[in-house]
Amino acid sequence: MDKWLPENVSTFGQGVDDLFMLIYWITLIAFIAVTVTLIAFLILYRHRPGHKATYIEGSTKLEILWTTVTTVIVFGLALLSYPQWNKIKSPTDLPPPEVIVQVSAKQFNWDMTYPGPDGEFGTEDDLELENQLHVPEDKVVHIHLTSVDVIHSFFVPNLRLKQDALPNRFITVWFEATKPGKFEIPCAELCGFQHSGMLGYLTVHSQADYDAWKAERWPPQ
Amino acid sequence: MQDNENMSHENDNDEHHLPANGDNGTESHDHDVDHDHDHDHDHDHDHEHEDDHDHHDHEHDHHHEESFISKYIFSLDHKMIGKQFLIYGLIMFFVGGGLALLFRWQLAYPEKPLPIIGASQQYIDEGEITTGADKMWEKIFDSDKEEWIEVNMPSGVIEPAFYNMLFTMHATIMVFFVVVPILVGAFGNFLIPLMIGTRDMAFPVLNMLSFWLAVLAAVIMTAGFFVPGGHAAAGWTGYAPLSADPQWTGVDWGQNLWAISLLIQGFSSLVGSINYITTVINMRAPGMTFFRLPLVIWSLFVVAILLLLAFPVLSSALALLIFDRLAGTTFFTSTAEGGGDPLLWQHLFWFFGHPEVYILILPGMGIASEILPVFSRKPIFGYRSMVYAMIAIAFLGWIVWGHHMFQSGMQPGLGAFFMTTTMLIAVPSAIKTFNWLGTLFRGSIRFTTPMLHGIAFVSMFVIGGLSGIYMANTPVDIYIHDTYYIVAHIHYVVFGGSLFAIFGGIIYWYPKMYGKYMNDTLSKIHFWLTFISFNCTFFPMHILGVGGHMRRISNPMQYEFLQGLQDINVFITMSAFTLGFAQLILLFNFFWSMARGKVAEKNPWNVTTLEWEAPTPVPHGNFAQIPTVYRGPYEYSVPGEESDWIPQAQPEHAPATGGD
Repeated sequence: MDKWLPENVSTFGQGVDDLFMLIYWITLIAFIAVTVTLIAFLILYRHRPGHKATYIEGSTKLEILWTTVTTVIVFGLALLSYPQWNKIKSPTDLPPPEVIVQVSAKQFNWDMTYPGPDGEFGTEDDLELENQLHVPEDKVVHIHLTSVDVIHSFFVPNLRLKQDALPNRFITVWFEATKPGKFEIPCAELCGFQHSGMLGYLTVHSQADYDAWKAERWPPQ
Repeated sequence: MQDNENMSHENDNDEHHLPANGDNGTESHDHDVDHDHDHDHDHDHDHEHEDDHDHHDHEHDHHHEESFISKYIFSLDHKMIGKQFLIYGLIMFFVGGGLALLFRWQLAYPEKPLPIIGASQQYIDEGEITTGADKMWEKIFDSDKEEWIEVNMPSGVIEPAFYNMLFTMHATIMVFFVVVPILVGAFGNFLIPLMIGTRDMAFPVLNMLSFWLAVLAAVIMTAGFFVPGGHAAAGWTGYAPLSADPQWTGVDWGQNLWAISLLIQGFSSLVGSINYITTVINMRAPGMTFFRLPLVIWSLFVVAILLLLAFPVLSSALALLIFDRLAGTTFFTSTAEGGGDPLLWQHLFWFFGHPEVYILILPGMGIASEILPVFSRKPIFGYRSMVYAMIAIAFLGWIVWGHHMFQSGMQPGLGAFFMTTTMLIAVPSAIKTFNWLGTLFRGSIRFTTPMLHGIAFVSMFVIGGLSGIYMANTPVDIYIHDTYYIVAHIHYVVFGGSLFAIFGGIIYWYPKMYGKYMNDTLSKIHFWLTFISFNCTFFPMHILGVGGHMRRISNPMQYEFLQGLQDINVFITMSAFTLGFAQLILLFNFFWSMARGKVAEKNPWNVTTLEWEAPTPVPHGNFAQIPTVYRGPYEYSVPGEESDWIPQAQPEHAPATGGD
């Protein structure tokens, strides 16, 4: 199954993929066990002349057994998942930002606002780019996500990151890309007639490339 | 057949009179009478048979208060209302399915003209149609509908706006106008009084009201297709602000009618659920304790409670939405100065919506729990734990709604709670699955068509249940949320689960509903085609989801990372068309068998539960005499008994009836 996953390029993506694969094996084994049992029963206990069904009303022992086993698996899985979730989404556990970009969704574009050399939004040196998100590799990037109209969803499959953008609300998400390249940023929440095709691009630069890109945008005085 | 009906008509006003079929001791005799009668029919010519019917109906008109209108249209009889709901649901099933086929075409062949409709390019270019299949569209293109089709499907290509409408209405219709009306409306109405052993619902007039409100809702919903701008296009979940302010969609009155229609449908469900709850609590036959209720009745009872509590939440959300749209309020929209909050809609919708999901699946579980014991000739494994598991699922259903909102901007700290409660649902679901397997264990399994559907239900539900764990897991959900993974999951639960149960239930109870069998060859063809094409349609969607394919996009080819998956989309579409056409077999079989089906005896599957004690066709008032219940509903293959089934209504120490 994992070969269908797009390439992962974020620091936390591997944790998501590992959990995915863990659940994959648990559910695959459960599915095979149930299906093989089902088919075996269907063959073994098919109606034949002279054979009568056996009167069995149930078994408390078995009920307790499978209730306990499922509960243990479920809680085990939950315990493994909490840290991963907190690492990615918890607003109190955000790693300190090295790059900040404000992403404002609107029908049907992603407006990326860069604070410029002064590091402040709302100043003269702000730079707005439509659908182009440029970040350096191996740096913690904070995205201040918002929307000007309806709900959109900021989805970067290669980063294993998705977050809805809400009007009049700023949500901070973070990522750290591990590999240079150009990746797609589709909108994952129905946002209107042109929802399909609402598409931005994440360009991850090597540090040298990123410095060059910055120098081009904000020429040194 | 007619004998029975005559008898019971006599008995309508005379409960104390004991006819032959009211007494269990003489049931085998009654069986003989039935049999002779059927035999006669074999020699009769069809038209004689019909004459007999005509005569009978005629008599009916003159000597009974029931006219055609009161019997077939504004009926107060729970069985007729159940059948009305069934046909209503089946009709809407084909509307909803047709919409799905349209958008499946677009997904496989983006921006290519539809077959047949698309061929009318000639009309667009030349203003006339001269060839083959196009002829049949000529009338449509010449009428005033021309504009409608040209706006939504210029040259037969589905526009993105039209696409949004198609999937919105597909889901809305399937959830609110197909699965709930059939499972709850049809099976609930038909089965509850018969299976608990009473003459009708507690409130027959409310029952009729429930159906006709549902019709009104369906009419309004259908009207939405024809208003300017088209129907609602904000998804079946109607997320605000897209749904709350016409400026974002351009879809205006369609969205209003959507909300108004669902509001009315909510009242219909509410009225029905009050009726079910009252009936089950107060009108059970003597001896029918709660723990002797068949599991399908338990499921419908639990679902009625869920409906009663869940639908008002949706209704209030819809009312606020209508205020936002028409009265300028801002419950679900926010401005820089203040206002409401879009997330409020999601909380309200899913607080209703998750119980709703269990409303869709619990009666399916109930139906499977009836079918499996009957055709394994064994008691259901762990009756009580089945009941407790259903109650547990219903309870957990109220505290998991946040799992739809992990990525919504809801405080992420809540994720841990909702993940845990959601994954806990795996526990009662596993209990049920293992109990179904336990029911088959050392049984004597008959592979009748209802049984095939019951087995399919179990195995498809297993896939649907297991795939739910991925979404419940918050970190994994970050990636697969709003992808085809969830589309696969919901269809494995609601199609693989609920619809297979519905098909099985229809075939299983058809002999009691219509006094005929459905044609078994057609039923088997329908089953196998459906089972195979269902899996070919929905299983590959898991792969699309893992590839990151977003739901609700009309053209996957716009995205580089999805282009490699397009072959899967084409395969899914071809399977979906097969699946769609397979359902025509069911539709044909359903109506054809009403007229031409083999006449069924009173209890063709040798079932213990009370509905099979009633004569076929079931007369007004159901039972000549209210049966008394002596035991649980699944007494099959009891040791030391000659017969492999003991009816619930058979007194202790009485000689066994029927048999294999």
